[in-house]
Amino acid sequence: MSLDIKPSKISLVIGASSVGTLIEWYDFYIFGMLATIISKQFFPSDAGTSALLSTLAIFAAGFIVRPFGALVFGRLGDIIGRKYTFLLTLVLMGGSTFAIGLVPGFATIGWAAPILVLILRLVQGLALGGEYGGAATYVAEHAPANRRGFWTSWIQTTATLGLFLALGVIILIRSNQGVEAFSAEWGGWRYPFWMSIVLVGVSIVIRMKMSESPMFTKLKSEGKTSTNPLKESFGHKANFKMVLLALFGAVMGQGVIWYTGQFYAQSFIETVCKVEFIQSRNLMLWAILFATPFFVVFGYLSDRIGRKWIMMFGMLAGILTYRPIYQYFLDATNAKNRTEKIDLAHTVVSEKIASVDSKMYTKLYVVQKFDTAYTDGAIFSYTKTDTIHLTDIVDDASVGSIQYTQANRVDATKLDTIKVKLKPVKGTVLDATKTAKVTIASISQKPNVLVEKILDKATYWNLIWLVFLQILYVTMVYGPIAAFLVELFPTKIRYTSMSLPYHIGNGVFGGLVPFLGTLIVEFTKTADNPAGDPLAGLWYPIGVASICLFIGVIYLTNKVDKEVMD
Amino acid sequence: MNTIKKILGLVWIFLAPAIIWFLASQAIQKITAATSLTKSNVTLQWVIILTIFTPICVGFFIFGYYAFKGEYAHLPASSKDLE
Repeated sequence: MSLDIKPSKISLVIGASSVGTLIEWYDFYIFGMLATIISKQFFPSDAGTSALLSTLAIFAAGFIVRPFGALVFGRLGDIIGRKYTFLLTLVLMGGSTFAIGLVPGFATIGWAAPILVLILRLVQGLALGGEYGGAATYVAEHAPANRRGFWTSWIQTTATLGLFLALGVIILIRSNQGVEAFSAEWGGWRYPFWMSIVLVGVSIVIRMKMSESPMFTKLKSEGKTSTNPLKESFGHKANFKMVLLALFGAVMGQGVIWYTGQFYAQSFIETVCKVEFIQSRNLMLWAILFATPFFVVFGYLSDRIGRKWIMMFGMLAGILTYRPIYQYFLDATNAKNRTEKIDLAHTVVSEKIASVDSKMYTKLYVVQKFDTAYTDGAIFSYTKTDTIHLTDIVDDASVGSIQYTQANRVDATKLDTIKVKLKPVKGTVLDATKTAKVTIASISQKPNVLVEKILDKATYWNLIWLVFLQILYVTMVYGPIAAFLVELFPTKIRYTSMSLPYHIGNGVFGGLVPFLGTLIVEFTKTADNPAGDPLAGLWYPIGVASICLFIGVIYLTNKVDKEVMD
Repeated sequence: MNTIKKILGLVWIFLAPAIIWFLASQAIQKITAATSLTKSNVTLQWVIILTIFTPICVGFFIFGYYAFKGEYAHLPASSKDLE
């Protein structure tokens, strides 16, 4: 069978497939992008790191079920066709994402909140598990043999562009709303989830106009489609051994390189280096923007020089450079490596503002912000919150300020009189003229200190280029992978066979990078070193990529299979 | 090269159960060390990790077995070789 497809038709095929896949990635990523807020909304407020880890576990659960989605929808795709299967996955993805945006927080419905979110996240994972294999197969089955790497690489860009779209939407909403309104229970963080329903609707209309893959149509007309793709894919040794080789020799390493470059990098810059929310996301946006064209470059190159060595080089580069890159992230954002501007005009100490635990309160949360400017232009903000327990209840909800005395921090024999403004509890109006004098029972030993760093221009751009470099590795391993997988399996069981290793490699090995990385760092924390080793989390992607590189170099072939119509 | 592929097959065969053993021992250690406040979360995390990686390690063991048996000496050139 010869494929004589017009350039305009192939552009339509790629465009329609890519838009849907991009939206599915967008839906999938907004959860990870908002993990910190989600952990506060759907888990008890006193759970701390544990809540974040549980949220990351729910995030990871979406990845873990992807192989099951690959099995369910891969089987459907090999029996009823590619087109209708990935229409179904699109509807499931859009519906579950929209529904996540409707789940009330832990404060309203308790443990039902994280359980509902987990269920919807699992549906998201199942849908994505069915989507990617279908889109990659569909495009590859339309593409000419000598350009398969090039055409499928457009599908590969969608994962990164989906992330770009998710980041962009979140930044836009947060910048317009402000931090507080964005992070509230029914705040702006829900809008990206609700937006999904519109995007999916548009994509469904586009996909409805597409025709079925010509290769699948031919097989169907000849009655040669598989009746049991699962059995044929995994029950036959000849095919199963290729599934295992694809997983352990290519996709497992590709998955960890991808998620380290795009997700671990962002999480590290935000939570370990403490770079300010908007700046850390802008930084990712620039890096993604510069790196995305390289998916197509390496896809094109893989048609010329083969897929294997491009992917292997990407893995090797990650293994060798991750630790120096992340060490630079730490050094470049460390206050100790900077010179503070000594004139007081550049060190701003805010007024103390207190908030209370209820309308009849016994606890004061006194917040003070310190901005420190550095000679290179960087500004680091420290927000210190002291929890002050009072001896008696203040039962007047309209009090506008509180006055108390506490020991001087330098000379404990002296007392300082401190007056702080109160922030109103929801539903109350404060009277600025009323001051309540209170007596302190105790002040928490360890104040909670939040750090947010706005980087100077030179450091900011150095970080962009280093994230770009990591995403460049992603484009090397990910650009050619769809063509590589398509060529490994026959048409009648392709959707099923390629989807499973792809989603175990990316969903499980890759998706667990942020979760396991954070967990490994937790293990290194001791009483003597409460911060632990912040680079320890990198051993997981480095270890997995090393095993995969070794297997890939020894066992894989660099030959491009021109004949995928068999 | 085929001899190396076969010998390495043995490495994968031994590595797979070693990874499971390592993860299980870590799970026991961390769950035992967890405080009452974090115990349920720590247990959940390790149950997830073990549930995911045990079947993958079984797959890795089978991969090693196939490699040791010489199944990867010649990769299929066309789909007919897979039938």
